[in-house]
Formats: sequence, C-alpha cells, structure tokens
Amino acid sequence: MTTRLCDVARVVVAVMPKPEILDPQGKAVQGALPRLGFAGVTDVRQGKRFEIEFDGEVTAAVLAEVDQMAETLLSNPVIENYTVTVEDSESAPENAQ
Amino acid sequence: MKVGVVTFPGSLDDTDAQRAVRLGGNEAVALWHGDADLKGVDAVVLPGGFSYGDYLRCGAISRFAPVMTEVVEAARAGMPVLGICNGFQILCESHLLPGALIRNDHRKFVCRDQLLRIENTRTPWTSAYSEGQEIRIVLKNGEGGFVADAETLARIEGEGQVLARYLEVNPNGSMNDIAGITNERGNVVGLMPHPEHSVEELTGSGTDGLGFFTSLAAAALG
Repeated sequence: MTTRLCDVARVVVAVMPKPEILDPQGKAVQGALPRLGFAGVTDVRQGKRFEIEFDGEVTAAVLAEVDQMAETLLSNPVIENYTVTVEDSESAPENAQ
Repeated sequence: MKVGVVTFPGSLDDTDAQRAVRLGGNEAVALWHGDADLKGVDAVVLPGGFSYGDYLRCGAISRFAPVMTEVVEAARAGMPVLGICNGFQILCESHLLPGALIRNDHRKFVCRDQLLRIENTRTPWTSAYSEGQEIRIVLKNGEGGFVADAETLARIEGEGQVLARYLEVNPNGSMNDIAGITNERGNVVGLMPHPEHSVEELTGSGTDGLGFFTSLAAAALG
C-alpha cells in the first residue's frame, strides 16, 4: 500500500525505432508469436517506455524539459522517434498486470 | 606521440588498445571516464567493450562521461580520435560521426576473423595502408549494424568518408557493407572490427591491425 503525500505527476516518453530502421528485436518477437499459437500478427516493433515523475504540476516548462531529455538522452534522433504524454496519476494503475 | 586510451566502466579492450598503441611506436596514456582531463595527449582511442552495461543504447551514457566533454572538444579542434566497436558507438552517439549502430540483423553475437578493404588512407589512423588494401582482423559485436538515412549515406559515400568495407560476408547487416567511417575532416574514425586484437602473431588473426597504430607514429614524424 503506498500513500502519496503530495501530488506526483507522471510524464511518459515512448521511444520507437523509426519505421525505416530495421528492428531485429521486434522481428524476433514476431517470429516467436506464431510458434506460441498467436496467428495473424503481421508486424511487431519494439520500443522503450520511460515513466518520469515530478512533484507537483506538469507545466509547459516541465514538458519542455522532458522534451529536451528525450532529444538528448532517452532517444537517438538518428534512429528513433519519441512521443511525450502526461499521465493522470490518479487513474494510473499502481500495479498493472 | 602520446595516445590516450579511455577506460569506461565496462570497457573490455582498453589494455589491448594500450598494448597496440605501444607496439605501434607510440606512448599509451590511461585516461579515466570520470576525469575531465586528457593529460596532454595528442590522440585518443575509445576502446571496445560494454561501457555502462550498454544501458539505454550502446554508448548513450558514455557520451556524457566527463572525459567525453574533453574528447568532443579536442576532436572538433582536429585531434585524431579512433573509436573501436563500443568506441565507434560512442562517437556516433556523440554526433562526432554520422549514422548509428543497431543490433546485428541476424540477432546473434558474431565473433570471427573478418576480411576488410581499406577505402580511405587519408586519415591519421589509416595512412600506413594502401588504398584498396585487404586486411583480416578480429570482429566481435552484437550491435554492429551501421545505419544512416539515405541522404547521409549518399553524402558519406560521395565524400569518401567510408573508411573500410566488409569483404566476403557482411557480418551484421551494415548498410553498403560499411565497417568503418570517418568524419568530414578525417581526424575522427570509427571502426566496428578490432585492429588492436590483430597486432601480434601469437594471438588474434595476424598483424594486419597494426597499421592503425603505426599510421599515427608516421603522422607524428611527417
């Protein structure tokens, strides 16, 4: 049981290999699925998800900072694209299955 | 010439690189990732390995190590820098070299004696070779696939920035069989195979890699 003493805002950065870049890991997963009986999968791309938490509100300045994090460290713009979304901490599952 | 060899947490080939530097007729100077200090060296080698455990992306965290601030600045000022394997990945992540390196297309780690053709002998690391010379050196990588967008690829091909190409087999899916590249100025070189492992008859695939380290000594005299 976790009790939050102050509001925690969560920003999610999703990083994906660019469509034209080969994704060998995604291909490996795609290859494994039919062997497990999952038919009809035509493509799998594997990316990364970063959950970044801040105290207080997510302001435009915070988002600009996250954008900078994504651009400089979390992604390599040569081979990857990223998206930044703000997650509502109230509705975010504590323990997603 | 004093050649610095950087040790990052997770570097594997720093000692071999130092040895190769000495066999090539230069003085090897150990540099530490956490020190923003190049100790007055004339050139730098970023060795192979798995710096910072390859976390996030190969070379992504090493790029921000204190020593790299100095390396990037020196490289932009013209200092010869050679990145081997993980070092090549670090140079791409630092944007000192164009393109990026991704997981091998066949998804397996590859370890073999690899035949290469030296395409560019105008760099301080390859002047001991002749253009078109074929050499066989050690190759070992899991994420050695060189990729770049079409425009970048056309530019580095057009400008003669391809340093070496794989012959016989393309071991990792690299575009245009590219094994190594150089920057526009020609002082920064990235190479996926390991010349530092091929410098003595006793071990490795022969001595074909020694040229990368003797080139530098010749450049110092010239």
